[in-house]
Amino acid sequence: MGNRSRVVMALAGLVLANCGGGGEGKPGAAVSGSSDVQKIAADRGLTPDDVAAALKTYTPSGRIDDYIMFASGGHSGHVFVIGLPSMRILRSIGVFTPESWQGWGYGSGTEVMAAADPKGKENRWGDTHHPALSETGGDYDGQFVFINDKVNARIAVIDLRDWETKQILKNPLSLSDHGGSCVTPNTEWVIEGGQYASPLGFGYAPIASYKESYRGMVTFWHFDRTSGRILPEKSFAMELPPYWQDLFDAGKKVSEGWVFGNSINTELATGGVESGNPPFEAGVSQHDNDYLHVIDLKRAAEVFQAGKAKKINGLAVLSLATSIEERLLFFVPEPKSPHGVDVSPDGQYIVVSGKLDPHVTIYDFTKIQQAIASNKSEPDAYGVPILDFDAVVEAQVEVGLGPLHTQFDDKGYAYTSLFLDTMVARWTLGGPGGMLNPEPDWTLVGRVPVQYNIGHIAAAEGDTVSPDGKYLVAINKWSIDRFFPTGPLLPQNLQLVDIGETGDTMKVLYDMPMGIGEPHYAQIIKADKLKPWTIYPEIGWDPRTQAVDPKAPKVGEERIVRSGKDVEIFSTVVRSHFNPEHVELRKGDRVKWHLTNVERTQDATHGFALPMYNINLSLEPGETSTVEFVADQDGTFPFYCSEFCSALHLEMMGYLLVQP
Amino acid sequence: MSAVIDSIFGPRVSADEFARHRGRYALPSLLLAVAALLLLISIFLPYWKMTLHAPQYPKGLTVHAYLNRLAGDVQEIDGLNHYIGMRPLGQAAALERSLSILMVATLSLLVVGAIFIHGRWAALLALPTLLFPAGFLVDLYLWMRHFGQNLDPRAPLSKTIKPFTPPVLGVGRVGQFETVAMPEAGLILATVAALIVLVGLWYHRKAYKPLFDTWRPETR
Repeated sequence: MGNRSRVVMALAGLVLANCGGGGEGKPGAAVSGSSDVQKIAADRGLTPDDVAAALKTYTPSGRIDDYIMFASGGHSGHVFVIGLPSMRILRSIGVFTPESWQGWGYGSGTEVMAAADPKGKENRWGDTHHPALSETGGDYDGQFVFINDKVNARIAVIDLRDWETKQILKNPLSLSDHGGSCVTPNTEWVIEGGQYASPLGFGYAPIASYKESYRGMVTFWHFDRTSGRILPEKSFAMELPPYWQDLFDAGKKVSEGWVFGNSINTELATGGVESGNPPFEAGVSQHDNDYLHVIDLKRAAEVFQAGKAKKINGLAVLSLATSIEERLLFFVPEPKSPHGVDVSPDGQYIVVSGKLDPHVTIYDFTKIQQAIASNKSEPDAYGVPILDFDAVVEAQVEVGLGPLHTQFDDKGYAYTSLFLDTMVARWTLGGPGGMLNPEPDWTLVGRVPVQYNIGHIAAAEGDTVSPDGKYLVAINKWSIDRFFPTGPLLPQNLQLVDIGETGDTMKVLYDMPMGIGEPHYAQIIKADKLKPWTIYPEIGWDPRTQAVDPKAPKVGEERIVRSGKDVEIFSTVVRSHFNPEHVELRKGDRVKWHLTNVERTQDATHGFALPMYNINLSLEPGETSTVEFVADQDGTFPFYCSEFCSALHLEMMGYLLVQP
Repeated sequence: MSAVIDSIFGPRVSADEFARHRGRYALPSLLLAVAALLLLISIFLPYWKMTLHAPQYPKGLTVHAYLNRLAGDVQEIDGLNHYIGMRPLGQAAALERSLSILMVATLSLLVVGAIFIHGRWAALLALPTLLFPAGFLVDLYLWMRHFGQNLDPRAPLSKTIKPFTPPVLGVGRVGQFETVAMPEAGLILATVAALIVLVGLWYHRKAYKPLFDTWRPETR
């Protein structure tokens, strides 16, 4: 009923607007305007709820979205940027996978990707999982976004001045990560937790030696904000038992300096269904409990800085023995094979989702500290102290089947995705946060069905110290019947959920098909926190160094310099011509081709498409890029601007002539 | 010789006379001084701007003309102009721009000088300042006509866009662009200065003409 009256209000608003627009206030005009809107709704079969959802999301031409969501692209290897509430895709950002529109991997970014090839072996796709926006004081600051690659355990840094990937690091310990990326409240550390255990350094070890030779890990990458780079030499990892660590989250406020992770396989299952063993899915689910990992990061960093780490493949690693001896690592029982570990906005509570258990289990940070201080613990098989569950648990809330991930809002609610029920549950926090809403603490408030098979959720700034509420996006893995069937491969369904009001009021507002990747997790930032460049700051800007390239070609200094077989070309690019337009080479020349887009106008981007040599650049206003290749094919190669730039775009071309 | 100089400078006002009619003599001096000051200030302000409006430039493109330089979207406008074969704007009025600061400083000195000339020569000193705003616009018009009428015939759009002269003030049209040209603070100040000079001269004449008419220097 409440919703219906809201729609009526909205429609009344439209009628009034029509009246005002007419200027004459003729009663007849008002009636016809009103019946038009109702007729449209009736003709299209829209319910009042549909109309309300449309009014809450429709974003007229020229209106800019309030929130920006950075979503991983899953195994597309990209990051997608989506505006809220319109749910319009604004762009993709090439990270682990080449992306020809941006030239990523086709003349630019190639060396960024190559630097993270595992043991030098070319891998040109990624499985991006968890984007993490940089934080200051536990709040998004809009400067960087980090993203991990599950398939090869890599971590990437994207600079949010020009929205380009600047650095990709290969984790030298593992070929598999999952618990990343997340950042500490001031982004000193970017956390990357492993997933499938293997010998550290991923050398060979027989599966029979799983318990002795296989290990888990968590890596703390030190981020230097000034250079915008992770510094591997100032980073370290911790050796962990081979329990298949899953997700990690950094403590905040009271729990700042601590890190929490969960695990799946304390059973040490090794699979082998083909030999009559239980398959992994059963083997890892035998125990009643797995372990929440509680890590004293502040102390771990001190121990690392004191030189107590040993190097594996060049990365400093604190051994399990050191972590136990220095009291850096503690375990807490958690319902078996859980998913999601999320720290509440005040840093007081750690929420673990049951996955195979219909509860979320909430641990109290103060109680954890008391349990650690009391020294009452049992060692696990590897000697890590296990704290008493009852001593540290604060509450368990039954939310539904298949709880996975939790986010928070500004009204003391937590939201948990329910994979099996395919719903989002809203429940109340306790402590000071619990006073922000009318319901009692630690209770389920409401649930909203989503379509279908929800994985992660993202609420507006929902994992920071000050969540915004308003919107939540359900990242659904299946869409089944939601869209026109696009062959046997269907898009994912990202659903915008209205979480603006208290109580059992959540509503799905919009279905967004995602047919260019499978977003895994996303983070949503208030748009006005982002300060992107609209053009590069100066002509000749090299995005790799974020500085002017001293070799950048300048207007009036275009030239071709030959020295033996080495040829360096200095080209400027402007609407609507390249200079030079004729480039003569001899077969076998080693070519370094510098191109500068000398434009200073927003959106005056040019491309540089060179056939047969697999080159395409996106040269944004002011940008300089350098492509290197060996002219190993003779022939006549028309190159052209691949970005439609002007009325004379078609004429913007030149000839590369390679003599045999 | 000193007779000629005397006749140029005109009569001096005695201390008694000045004390009796302080307003009469101070007013023209004040007005001319203010005019000179305004003119000096205008050196630091843009004199004129032209904004180009087209669908793909939602904020428009604007070039601001200062006495000695251009500012604003000059690169983009030059970039567009190359399609019709117009020379870069920076190549226009090079001499004027190099001399303008010195010239305007001189004009204001001359106006200050007119304060001390109590005869009809004062009007002569102030005359350049009176003409300056119009002179600026005439010069601008001549350059715009020169640039607009002499387009490179080999330019991509030379057959489409015929030679033209955009209005120096007001609205014009070139291709998909609407041009809106208007004076800016500098030119407005210079114009106000000219008007103040005019008023100042009137009070100047009112104050000194009676003195001049009855004035008979011994050497005359």
